[in-house]
Amino acid sequence: MKLLRLVPDKTNLRFMSWRRVSYPFTAFVAIASIALFLTVGLNYGIDFKGGSLIEIKTTDGPANIGEIRGKLGDLNLGDIQVQEFGSPEEVLIRIEHQGDADADQQEVLTNVRQALGENVEFRRTEIVGPRVSGELAQAGIMAVGGALVLILFYIWIRFEWHFAVGAILTTLNDIIVTIGLFSLLQLDFTLSSIAAVLTILGYSLNDTVVVYDRVRENLRRYKKLPLDELLDRSINETLARTVNTSLTTLLALFALYIFGGEVIQSFVLAMIFGVVIGTYSSVFLACPFLIMLKLRPSAFRKEEDDNKAIQA
Amino acid sequence: MLYFARWKIALILLVVLAGVLATLPNFFSKSTLESWPDFLPKRQIVLGLDLQGGAYLLYEVDSEDYKQQQFRQLVGNVRQALRENPRIGYTGLGIQGDSVQVRIRDAAKIDEARARLNEQLNPLNTGVFGGQTVNEFQLDDQGDGLFRFTFTDDGLQQRLAKVVEQSIEVIRRRVDELGTTEPSIQRQGTDRILVEAPGESDPQRLKDIIGQTAQLTFHLVDDSMSPSQALQSRPPAGTMIVYGVEDQLPYLLDETPLLTGEELQDASVAFDQQTNEPVVNFRFNTAGARKFADVTRQNVNRPFAIVLDNEVISAPVIREPITGGSGQISGSFTVEGADNLAVLLRAGALPAKLNVIEERSVGPGLGADSIESGKIASYVGAAAVVIFMILTYGVFGVMSNVALFANVTLIFGVLTTLQATLTLPGIAGIVLTVGMAVDANVLIYERIREEMRAGRSAVSAIDAGYQRAMGTILDANITTLVAALILFFIGSGPVKGFAVTLMVGIFTTVFSAVTFSRFLVSTWYRRKRPSTLPI
Repeated sequence: MKLLRLVPDKTNLRFMSWRRVSYPFTAFVAIASIALFLTVGLNYGIDFKGGSLIEIKTTDGPANIGEIRGKLGDLNLGDIQVQEFGSPEEVLIRIEHQGDADADQQEVLTNVRQALGENVEFRRTEIVGPRVSGELAQAGIMAVGGALVLILFYIWIRFEWHFAVGAILTTLNDIIVTIGLFSLLQLDFTLSSIAAVLTILGYSLNDTVVVYDRVRENLRRYKKLPLDELLDRSINETLARTVNTSLTTLLALFALYIFGGEVIQSFVLAMIFGVVIGTYSSVFLACPFLIMLKLRPSAFRKEEDDNKAIQA
Repeated sequence: MLYFARWKIALILLVVLAGVLATLPNFFSKSTLESWPDFLPKRQIVLGLDLQGGAYLLYEVDSEDYKQQQFRQLVGNVRQALRENPRIGYTGLGIQGDSVQVRIRDAAKIDEARARLNEQLNPLNTGVFGGQTVNEFQLDDQGDGLFRFTFTDDGLQQRLAKVVEQSIEVIRRRVDELGTTEPSIQRQGTDRILVEAPGESDPQRLKDIIGQTAQLTFHLVDDSMSPSQALQSRPPAGTMIVYGVEDQLPYLLDETPLLTGEELQDASVAFDQQTNEPVVNFRFNTAGARKFADVTRQNVNRPFAIVLDNEVISAPVIREPITGGSGQISGSFTVEGADNLAVLLRAGALPAKLNVIEERSVGPGLGADSIESGKIASYVGAAAVVIFMILTYGVFGVMSNVALFANVTLIFGVLTTLQATLTLPGIAGIVLTVGMAVDANVLIYERIREEMRAGRSAVSAIDAGYQRAMGTILDANITTLVAALILFFIGSGPVKGFAVTLMVGIFTTVFSAVTFSRFLVSTWYRRKRPSTLPI
């Protein structure tokens, strides 16, 4: 049986020379993402904004979105979003948070129940008070920041500082672009999205670390090779692995996206995007960053000379 | 080397077997498990609220309400203290925002007044080593005879902590009375209580039962003036206006209750023989019964009011002295309303108002749907990965698939044994692990391919492949582990569930993709002894 080789054995692509294109492109996407975040902004879900989310399923045929919107509009609850969710019978209702008192939120639920009447199954209700949402947002920011710092520390210990900075820059870029995507598509940004962002962070780092590992190995093996050729070689050597792993992960994620149900769809979408951007950045960004940060093979040679000197 | 020591082989197989055994109960119904012999594990995986349906309710003690309650009591105590013989004249005693104020009229008696007021600071026993006592209130002398009481920070903290403790007790009693669900009730932070009720799809009843303060008091109705008159002018000293729960009519009541819910011994639902409406029968304890008998004897033909959480639920006229210590509350209840009230009266009142600040509930229908779609997604995802691996790596792909199967079994085995909660994001975590677990094998196999190209023999290519890829695999997994750890400690609810499966997945991945798959490869190699590797 002939085995599948998505990346031929003798692949030798000149990634480093492409950085004239990939750098400006990446910078543009990153700046556009930041601009999108600042102008359009994230579509914060109730976890961070407070408010109510109600998922219902009608038991007497397809739901009439317009009618539901009308009935709820009469309740004077401020901004209400009603949308179909997965199937014609299922409807997702979002209601902005009411007043300052927590008790007001509770009344919303009672009123909505009365307004929608019978023939409605309440599948899911989430009510988050304004104070809790503030705390959740804070915890989310702390989670992302804390993870970044800890990982920076780990790579610093395992590699040279150039690698640590390169890995963090790469990962930051991935997070920024993901946030940009959330802003662009106005995906619900919830607690699960934070989990998605952190997973992307982990995945992107995983990819970057694999490439860096090879760079380190080659730095020891080919001491005379110019840095850009050495980096090209390292990326090409790990390319088959990069492509295959991304593919298997994407296969699993697409299965989740298509069959996993509405509830986790935006979570999975973010991760699919994260895997793609993570793969891109570990190939096109992580290594060029090392050149930018002036990592030289000489740095390693000097270290080994020092070791010899100590042994002698 | 491809050689494995016997004890290592035994250990590897034992781990896989343990994983299979621990996972097995999940495929059988509870009743089938009953008949299993005792040495087999019987625990099933714990499904999160989002998968089995249920309610998550986060309550917070309403500290404002509690402060007001304590202030009202303080006002009463201060009044009593200053009226004691010899009386000290005062004006403007009352609650002013976040404090209680009083002005002493007679400048000559200020020192005496200060001494008496200082007795109201209410020292709290910290209990730890008996050393420090903290006062609940602090007293500020504002000059010109004006005194102001405010809460001390420590005092309020301690009081709230106590309130939370007592509330948890009361909630537990109430929920036990309901008997339908077994929610977990936990303190969270300083002033919060988390109630999680699996299987409770409609938390309304639970909320009705938990959320109500249920402070029951009995008051005499003041008939010196009609309620409307009192509303227009001012209610006489020592009385208050309370509205009826049904009709919203005002009642003028004595401020000091005759009896309170604390003196109740039992309450139960019954049906009125004439109207057939549900009513609540109650019985006082011995002391309460004596008091009730005295009060009713002295006030025959006068109305008294039964007040629940500052609303009059009924105001019957006392027709004859009630000496038996039991009575009846009838207030046009529904059966459920009467039932709830009986439960609340039996379980006792909450020491302060509780507010729901976060609520999440999932109906059983959605939970079942989520499990179903999660299953389908997992099967499809796994199948896609399995096929891809075989197409790309042939025999080695088959072996990595066997390792993958062991991996997923181990994840479920560990989750079942730890009784960790499986949530929907958790399933996503497992699917992601499946995708990433093959990464380790991909790394190794690509390395073997490289070593073969470099001209190594089959054995040394396999050996070098596993050895060289190891460092990379560890680096990659530790970085992911760091992210998962952070998620676990900072995240809540769904995020935590995701982090748990991700962490478990990392450990089982390193075991199955490195140790177990190397064992498989070496076994295969020793059987076939190929000169070139089909990879």
